[in-house]
Amino acid sequence: MIYALILAAGKGTRMGNVDLPKQFMQLGSRPIVIHTVEKFMLHDALDRIIVVAPQDWLQYTTDILNRYIGHDPRLMVTAGGPDRNESIMNALRYVDKQFGIQADDIVITHDSVRPFVTRRIIEENIQYALETGAVDTVIPAIDTIVKSTSGQYIDEIPYRTEMYQGQTPQSFNARKLMHLYGELSAEERSTLTDACKIFTLRQQPVRLVRGEVFNIKITTPYDLKVAEALLEGGTHH
Amino acid sequence: MINQVYRLVAPRRFEIAYTECSLQSSGVIVRPQYLSICAADQRYYTGSRAKEVLQQKLPMALIHEAMGIVVHDPQGHWAHGTRVVLIPNHPTESDDVVAENYLRSSKFCSSSRDGFMQDYVVVARDRLVEVPSCVSPTVAAFTELVSVSTHAIDRFAVRAHERRDVLGVWGDGNLGFIVALLLKKQYPRSQVYVFGKTEHKLAHFSFADGTYLIDAIPRDLTVHHAFECTGGMGSQVAIAQIIDRIEPEGTISLLGVSELPVEVNTRMVLEKGLTLFGSSRSGRADFLRAVEILQTQADVPQYLQTLVGTVCDVHSIQDMVNAFETDLTTSWGKTVMAWNV
Repeated sequence: MIYALILAAGKGTRMGNVDLPKQFMQLGSRPIVIHTVEKFMLHDALDRIIVVAPQDWLQYTTDILNRYIGHDPRLMVTAGGPDRNESIMNALRYVDKQFGIQADDIVITHDSVRPFVTRRIIEENIQYALETGAVDTVIPAIDTIVKSTSGQYIDEIPYRTEMYQGQTPQSFNARKLMHLYGELSAEERSTLTDACKIFTLRQQPVRLVRGEVFNIKITTPYDLKVAEALLEGGTHH
Repeated sequence: MINQVYRLVAPRRFEIAYTECSLQSSGVIVRPQYLSICAADQRYYTGSRAKEVLQQKLPMALIHEAMGIVVHDPQGHWAHGTRVVLIPNHPTESDDVVAENYLRSSKFCSSSRDGFMQDYVVVARDRLVEVPSCVSPTVAAFTELVSVSTHAIDRFAVRAHERRDVLGVWGDGNLGFIVALLLKKQYPRSQVYVFGKTEHKLAHFSFADGTYLIDAIPRDLTVHHAFECTGGMGSQVAIAQIIDRIEPEGTISLLGVSELPVEVNTRMVLEKGLTLFGSSRSGRADFLRAVEILQTQADVPQYLQTLVGTVCDVHSIQDMVNAFETDLTTSWGKTVMAWNV
């Protein structure tokens, strides 16, 4: 089975003083998360599309999916966890309970607030997750990356040509992801900023898929303005 | 859903536009898979249309010849994964006399509305025709050109007199190839002659009864009816030669698009009592007929496969530019984009 996890469990603390989590804010005529889910629904290879929502927003999420998409047997909603990786793990436990995760099952994880994802990116994630067991979507770094542990002085300036910026989807063999995460110490877990690091900490290969500059993550009011401007720019014809 | 539309914004420059579309609308959603480049697209891409035309029409997604797979149909009529060709003509009304492709109110992809260079294409249910399994996707990509040819031949069939022993096709390009091939299939007892400028192109017309360089046509060779499939600068020369070589009361089907005003020797048109009529684009009925021919005449898809010149794997905007540039330097056949963007 191939599962898509649409990660919508964030509370939107970076979006400023708004009550509505960012993934539920309107972009054009519908909430951001709806745009994202719809893009995944066009892939027949996906057996289940699971929206991982904040515990308090489960019913709200179900309501807007019903309103904008309607009933679809592939579509499900479950609760996330305190952080990104715990949300993924909660969702995988849910999947395991519902369907029983098999050895070759893969999971495509995607930020609900990246609605500009394309068919190619999703297809290549599926393809390489099946082949390699772990995939990260990236774009080459445009700005030079500066490393500083003090925040005041530069430690290092890595070669820009070797630097990439991580996007999503990130895709994995589901059983391997659960197994490797279970092996990590509490200290190692605290260093995780994304799921691919679970693999790299255990020296497991992660295949790169080319993302797109426009596959932006809408996390701040500025991002939302950019996204709205992009959409407006596309309404001439 | 946010859809990516790859629009030409200026000659040789594509940019992405982002449009919103709903899975709940009545439209069927198709993922384009193979897109075929036409001379009309190239006239936009290279900026050879008049400046006012470019100003009016751009930005616009190009390509009106394509096949893809159905990924969503809210009514459930089309099964997911069905291979389909996309009909580029979009009528907004129906008429008892005028065909849908001649109605001034109709919209046409890559002319008066966005073409098929998109992540997904949303179309009305009747703008799709299923591709027979015997047809390769690269040939299916230019079914539109086959439908344009069947449309022209059907118009010829109802307008031309019955003496059809010798049929002439002027033009040794893609359209000339398909028109000549389908004429030979429909009129097997007629002699189908092809007239062109380039020997190596004429060598591809193995099914024709004769091929001739336009400056070496036998003195006594005449035709009963003719098809002009040259377009551009060649239209005027071809039409003049056809008028010289055609028998009285013959028909001349005009298919080639020219940006230039074309002079016609009307004195001889009058003296010979000729009928000139235009054929352009096609409609749903022509697509159904084209697909029927592809399905029932086994050698037609095989001949058309020889017309696939270059298949370009397209993953990015740079690949799109490369495909259009490759097409400009290709002397024979269709350039098809494998759409993996």
